Amino acid sequence: MAKKSKKDTVAKKKTGRRAAKKPAAVKKPKKTTGAKAAKKVKKAKVSSVAGRASRVARKDTVGRSSEGRATRDERRQPPRPATAEDMAKRQREISVAEFFTKNRHLLGFDNPRKALLTTIKEGVDNSLDACEEAGIPPEIKVIIAPGTSEERFRVTIEDNGPGIVKAQIPRIFAKLLYGSKFHRLKMSRGQQGIGISAAGMYGQLTTGKPIVITSKTSRGKPAHHYELEIDTQKNEPRILTDAVVEWPVERGTKVEIELEAKYQKGRQSVEEYLEQTAIANPHVALQLVTPEGEVKDYARATEQLPVETREIKPHPYGVELGALIKMLHDTKATTLQSFLHTDFSRVSMRVAKQICEQAKLYERARPSRIARQEADNLFQAINQTKIMNPPTDCLSPIGEELIVAGLRKQIDADFYTAVTRLPAVYRGNPFQIEAGLAYGGSLPGDGLARVLRYANRVPLLYQQSACAITRSVLTIAWRNYALQQSAGALPSGPLVIMVHMASVWVPFTSESKEAVAHYPEIIKEIKLALQECGRRLSVFLRRKRKAAESERKKGYIQKYIPHIAIALREMLKLSETQERTLVTQLTDVLERSRS
Amino acid sequence: MNKLASEITKTAADVRTRIQKKGKPTLSFPLRALSNVTYHPRKGFFELRGKKKTRTLTVATVKTFAQTLRMMSTAKGLVEGDEIMTKREAYYVSKNWDDARFDEQPESDTVIDDIEALFEVNREQLGFIPEEKGGEIAGKLVVIDRESDSGKPLRIDCTKFGSGAYSIPISVEHLKFETKAKFILAIETAGMFQRLVKHGYWRTADCILVSMGGVPTRACRRFIRRLADELKLPVYAFVDCDPYGMFNIYRTLKVGSGNAAHINRYFCVPTATFLGVTPQDIIDYKLPTHPLKDVDIKRAKDALKNDPFVKHHQPWQKAVTQLLDMGVRAEQQAFAVHDLNYVINDYLPQKLAATKRFLP
Repeated sequence: MAKKSKKDTVAKKKTGRRAAKKPAAVKKPKKTTGAKAAKKVKKAKVSSVAGRASRVARKDTVGRSSEGRATRDERRQPPRPATAEDMAKRQREISVAEFFTKNRHLLGFDNPRKALLTTIKEGVDNSLDACEEAGIPPEIKVIIAPGTSEERFRVTIEDNGPGIVKAQIPRIFAKLLYGSKFHRLKMSRGQQGIGISAAGMYGQLTTGKPIVITSKTSRGKPAHHYELEIDTQKNEPRILTDAVVEWPVERGTKVEIELEAKYQKGRQSVEEYLEQTAIANPHVALQLVTPEGEVKDYARATEQLPVETREIKPHPYGVELGALIKMLHDTKATTLQSFLHTDFSRVSMRVAKQICEQAKLYERARPSRIARQEADNLFQAINQTKIMNPPTDCLSPIGEELIVAGLRKQIDADFYTAVTRLPAVYRGNPFQIEAGLAYGGSLPGDGLARVLRYANRVPLLYQQSACAITRSVLTIAWRNYALQQSAGALPSGPLVIMVHMASVWVPFTSESKEAVAHYPEIIKEIKLALQECGRRLSVFLRRKRKAAESERKKGYIQKYIPHIAIALREMLKLSETQERTLVTQLTDVLERSRS
Repeated sequence: MNKLASEITKTAADVRTRIQKKGKPTLSFPLRALSNVTYHPRKGFFELRGKKKTRTLTVATVKTFAQTLRMMSTAKGLVEGDEIMTKREAYYVSKNWDDARFDEQPESDTVIDDIEALFEVNREQLGFIPEEKGGEIAGKLVVIDRESDSGKPLRIDCTKFGSGAYSIPISVEHLKFETKAKFILAIETAGMFQRLVKHGYWRTADCILVSMGGVPTRACRRFIRRLADELKLPVYAFVDCDPYGMFNIYRTLKVGSGNAAHINRYFCVPTATFLGVTPQDIIDYKLPTHPLKDVDIKRAKDALKNDPFVKHHQPWQKAVTQLLDMGVRAEQQAFAVHDLNYVINDYLPQKLAATKRFLP
């Protein structure tokens, strides 16, 4: 893989650093996205380096065999077979940053509209993780301001979090794959350490503007102000400005990115993302300032912060062979048995011994010297040994009460319910499913239900149909719960369905974290949670229908009883008082027998 | 106060007492369906078997219950004031009842039928009269009616209508009759009746001709019944040879219907017999035919299976089976194939020569 990539990028070698950076950005959409992206390429050409950039871009796409022709005389010379030495000249390292500039759709920057959402999402997710870890009730402000041209916006995300120490700022914001969350198994929003730096890089590539950071760690300390660029080749931050500024807040971090984007309302918009974030994070206060200057507040529903989660060691069932080999190399343990015991969760010394026996390995062998063949045996032995499920206290569900509070806060409905399942396990990773329903009220009654998907409290807005959550919702027979549902469709009616998956490792279908993978254990848990919600909803609905029916009957009784009395008065020549008495008595008789 | 009015009052009082005792009032009606009738060969008509449906005042029935009581009250007014009201008029009267009014006439008709059954009388006695025409008479009959204003007797000679006919009034109870005719011929179609009147068949055959115009109305049935009873005349039915003519028309004339089982004793002519057209006539007279329609076959099979009248009379079972086997039907006007007046000159005289062989 790495070797091939080197060959592909070899043409850049001669075009210099700057050019190598630009064409990649321009070329990318052409190759990966459709007509929409093609338009964008045209726009990009307007920029100063555009002409050169597109020419180089074309060369970039030329395959390996015709490469010689591209760099020498383009017409006459037949392609000369390359020698190993020729190839060696072109073989060099590719930086992660370069890789991602070419594959930015993997990170959720496929189009300007999505780029805006992803940028805000990454910023907000980071802020929330930081605040929660520091035990601070988050207050986050998102400002989308018009940029220097029509297609540009300046996004500011400001939080009241713990701040970032000066030395770390450049690397956190201008180095890809740098972060605190990748190496640990802990429930958090961010996972890979790509998000915010990728957003900064996207801004830099589309507008040439640096990412601007202001951060303050406590009242007494100064606020540091940075303007940063990513050196995409080296994947290292380049500091443009480093200053100390006055910032009248106690502590916090402010990130500003100017990027090419499109601001839209409606589905998959920034508003929708913030609204859904507010539902699953009722402890968060959010504020959005739109490009038109409109201010939207998403108030806090509780002061109660989520329980801080514990980091866990990996469970043996969840480890892949490569990871196992790496762990064998890196461990501080001196014997295989103690390695298994100390580096994994739920492996007692006895179980560790069992695994060694199963693998026919000497339990006192030094882990680092377990050869590849033996690691393979060890890997198989692990999966053949019965090991207790991983601990589940590492998960922090939202909780039934707070889900209801969150739904109540953002959605005007008649009925709310929520279910938090007990933790379960897929492939050695503990996870926990929660579901909530909101029904009636001012929700639109004619369309299909709205499904809100969350992974570790982060709303998932894209790729609904590819997601295990959607799959689970679709396979439930909602008609059993007094709802309407066409075959193979979502239930219809004034309904919002919310599903949250909390896990130390959410299995996303891609790096842009948009859909949960279809693990049967996960689907089963989601269905169980939703079915419980459905049962509660059906009780509510049936009760409501019964009440409406009895109200209708009551009206019906009151409508016709007087006529019985009139007829009897006429036939029996009764007085009006006697008639009235009859009405009262009859109403009494029927009211009693109602239902 | 007459008997019927006091019966209505008594029912109303029962309902009131029940309400005062904090109970749910009920009204019970005989179930009016073919499944709830028996055929009494000796009495000669369908009679209710006594199955009743009880309408209890509940939330679900409160509307009908209210409507029934209001209609009863209306009926009481009619009986006491010696007034009449057509079913259509009753429907319009209900428009005063606000929420209890009827939206369509069939709803009010059903309620009237219910009340009729409740008191086991015919609706004419309650003062409700039908819209439908009663049938027509021509022949050797003098009907003695009253003048509507003075009440003086009025003699109507049914031979004096020329090419027209006497219309049976809606209520026939007050009529008296004089006749020298030998039998009554009840005819299904107005067309055949016209032919017989035109050629003065009643004169040659010495009879009274009745045009039933399809299924005979209650007034028509009652009129024929009174003629048959009071003048001791035999009644012969002359209808199409198909299940409709045999059962809907002839059987209703002779023994009554399931729906009106509570009043059949007044509205049937047990002495009537079936002149034709029989399935055998189709063969004997080489009549042109039409194939039986699906609905005919269904009706015939249903009659064999469920009609107490057919089940009692073996000749009818044979006739129906024969008809089903032949798979055809014939109309009474089919005799025109031989000659326009073949029916007068040949068919009727030949049939009337052997009245004993008429189907019962």
